[in-house]
Amino acid sequence: MIETFELTKDFRDFRAVDRVTFTVEPGMIFAILGPNGAGKTTTVRILTSILQPTAGWARVAGYDVVAQPTAVRASVGVLTEQHGLYERMKAEEYLDFFARIYDLPADVRRQRPRQLMEHFGLGDALDKRLGEYSKGMKQKLALVRAMLHDPPVLLLDEPTSAMDPQSAKLVREAIKELRRAERTIAITTHNLIEAQDLADRIAVIRQGRIIANGTFRELAQRFAGTPLMELRLTQHLNGALELLRDMVTVVETGDCWLRYQASDPAATNPQVIRRLTGAGLDIVTLSEVSRTLEDVYLQIVAEDEGMTAHEQSG
Amino acid sequence: MSSLAERLERPSLSTATQPRQTRGVIVRTLRNALIVTRREVRDSLRDWRIMVPIFILTLVFPLLANTLTRVFTGFFEDNGAQELLPALLPLMPMVVGFFPVSISLVIALETFVGEKERRSLEPLLSTPLTNTELYLGKTFAAMLPPLLASYTGMVIYMGGLILGEQQWRPPLILVAQIVLLTTVQALVMVTGAVVVSSQTTSTRAANLLASFIIIPMSMLVMLEATIMVQPHRRYLLWFIMVGVLVTVILLVRMGVRIFNREELLGRTLDQLNLRWVGRTLWQGIRGPLTERFSLWRWYRGGVFPAVRSLRDSLIVVLICLGAAFVGGWIAAYQWPISLDQFDSNDETLLDNLRTWFDLGQDNPHLVIMALLQNTRVLLAATILGVFTFGVLALVLVAVPFGILGFVLGQVMLSGLSPLPFLLAVIPHGVLEVPAIVLAGAAALRLGSIVTRPPADMTASEAWLMAAADVIKIGVGLVLPLLVLAAILEVSLTPRVVEFVLSL
Repeated sequence: MIETFELTKDFRDFRAVDRVTFTVEPGMIFAILGPNGAGKTTTVRILTSILQPTAGWARVAGYDVVAQPTAVRASVGVLTEQHGLYERMKAEEYLDFFARIYDLPADVRRQRPRQLMEHFGLGDALDKRLGEYSKGMKQKLALVRAMLHDPPVLLLDEPTSAMDPQSAKLVREAIKELRRAERTIAITTHNLIEAQDLADRIAVIRQGRIIANGTFRELAQRFAGTPLMELRLTQHLNGALELLRDMVTVVETGDCWLRYQASDPAATNPQVIRRLTGAGLDIVTLSEVSRTLEDVYLQIVAEDEGMTAHEQSG
Repeated sequence: MSSLAERLERPSLSTATQPRQTRGVIVRTLRNALIVTRREVRDSLRDWRIMVPIFILTLVFPLLANTLTRVFTGFFEDNGAQELLPALLPLMPMVVGFFPVSISLVIALETFVGEKERRSLEPLLSTPLTNTELYLGKTFAAMLPPLLASYTGMVIYMGGLILGEQQWRPPLILVAQIVLLTTVQALVMVTGAVVVSSQTTSTRAANLLASFIIIPMSMLVMLEATIMVQPHRRYLLWFIMVGVLVTVILLVRMGVRIFNREELLGRTLDQLNLRWVGRTLWQGIRGPLTERFSLWRWYRGGVFPAVRSLRDSLIVVLICLGAAFVGGWIAAYQWPISLDQFDSNDETLLDNLRTWFDLGQDNPHLVIMALLQNTRVLLAATILGVFTFGVLALVLVAVPFGILGFVLGQVMLSGLSPLPFLLAVIPHGVLEVPAIVLAGAAALRLGSIVTRPPADMTASEAWLMAAADVIKIGVGLVLPLLVLAAILEVSLTPRVVEFVLSL
């Protein structure tokens, strides 16, 4: 479990993290999104007890990040932004080095690296020097290193960057399996599709502050507004617009399609269908225009920028 | 293949997270440090840029040095100067041992900052290794290959001398001295370089700062060589070894204390922010800038708390001054000097004092001279203390007390009355001694604070605060005490002595 409360970090005159509060339960994937320099990496470094908070507190796996840094680091598997491997070492030597640091028993030290490497398709590369690894292989190896000591908490910074689609899928599946195994997982990423696919909860951080926090559905509802419906007919719209004028707000039209906003689609859509079919118009499809995390994220950031500009001008 | 979820157990703290109280802290620290050492050494052994010079300096250089020694020996013997050989021969093994050790500087300088540049530091900092384990592991790793190379080189060279034409038979104690000197030199270079490496932002900056290690080391080696060619003074090398070893301990202590994961990872620019330095120092001296300055508030809120912060240093200084005095006293009994001529010559002493009075009574020039002398010594102690972790500050303030003990010992030993001597010291000493003790303690703290900065401060902040304390105590207490002491020394002390002698 990860808990933070009013976590703040100042570097001399610059506030990198500003009163950040969140909780990540076991079996949950928590995505931290935000522009470059927003404070994501600083937050992760505080959670690994590398940086000390200026104010507030954080507990990771039940340990305080300030008072029990060694216990925190022993309970966390970290995939850092730059995986930084020792290029002259072989993968098995590299993993053995970290396994010894984590004080794993000899039999675990022998078996687990091989099991994890095989799981990620790197079984044959164990005796290869890391300098010979491709970018994607290095990234997967760094992930294996993070999982080596079977930590209850994983902090993953851009877990699938530099990976080909197949490898990225493999890693995403692994992360989901870790969730099923009740691990507490926090990821920071710029890949919004991946975040939408993986995350149970999402926090958007900007200028050190969490400006939005919730499930995708909650965020979409709050920031992307009324659901948007798309209606397709077999023929030109003809009088369809007139028919719907008093029922919905049409926002976009094409030759034989239109989009309208419906605050309560369950009530509105059957009425729309009845009225159009009653007027002899044939409907091909009526569906909700899917809103992506990208739309929601951009909306969140834009709203916050607007608020900041307003505050500054005021 | 079973799924990942099946392989993983229900979340529990990994074995590493459970308290390991049963194991001794020292054993655990060494064990973990050696994990780091092993990896680093293995990495070094795979780097031809390190191994080629070590190989040449270990195997090729000693053989060349053997040839050179043979030529020199022949030259000396041909010219009838063979008696000089026992004094000069030990120089070459020192050189042969020192060259491979110099490689340790290269390895040590990049030990932290190199990893930072290669981006491999953060994963290491994210592990449960403690600062001490990480620091010691890297220090050992920087030291081991060059030191082993150095020992091998010396064995090859000395083996050649012992088994070759020269049939040199060096005393065992001399061999031990050479080996130990090489070892402590390696230790001090590595510990110094690791401190530099953990405090800089790039290998380039670390290399530039290496001159602060190379220059004193060169001077030390020259000093050692000078002593080595004087066999009757070689015992001094043991003192040098002890001194260097103490420096090593202080450097390790300082390195571990100021090792800061946050600074190491976060700092991206080496810059001397003079504005910040000036502001921090000025605030430290003046107190909060928000309050209006008043002398009483400055003493109450600045000077007196600064004195309180000197508690540990004051204890150390007082112990050292006491030890110096007792040491001087013991030395007097060890090397007595006949003072009989003064026994029947009180009148002469009195005449001398009268002459002194004629010259100096009420002469402000003498007051200034006395004040300048004391101020100069205390300033020198403070400056030297900065570069020696406070050690030379202690030495400088303790020496006069050693001399006092020695002179008093001689007076007592000669059966003279100690009263005139004591009265020549006490009237102004009542003020001068506290001033010296305070200044010595402040200088000791200034020099040593980098070895143990308070937990909530960086080394530079702690040093600036200590420097502010030195200035506050210096201006607020030491200087006024020294002024008063100088006035008493010129005006009152001679009169008191004159009075006693005329009785």
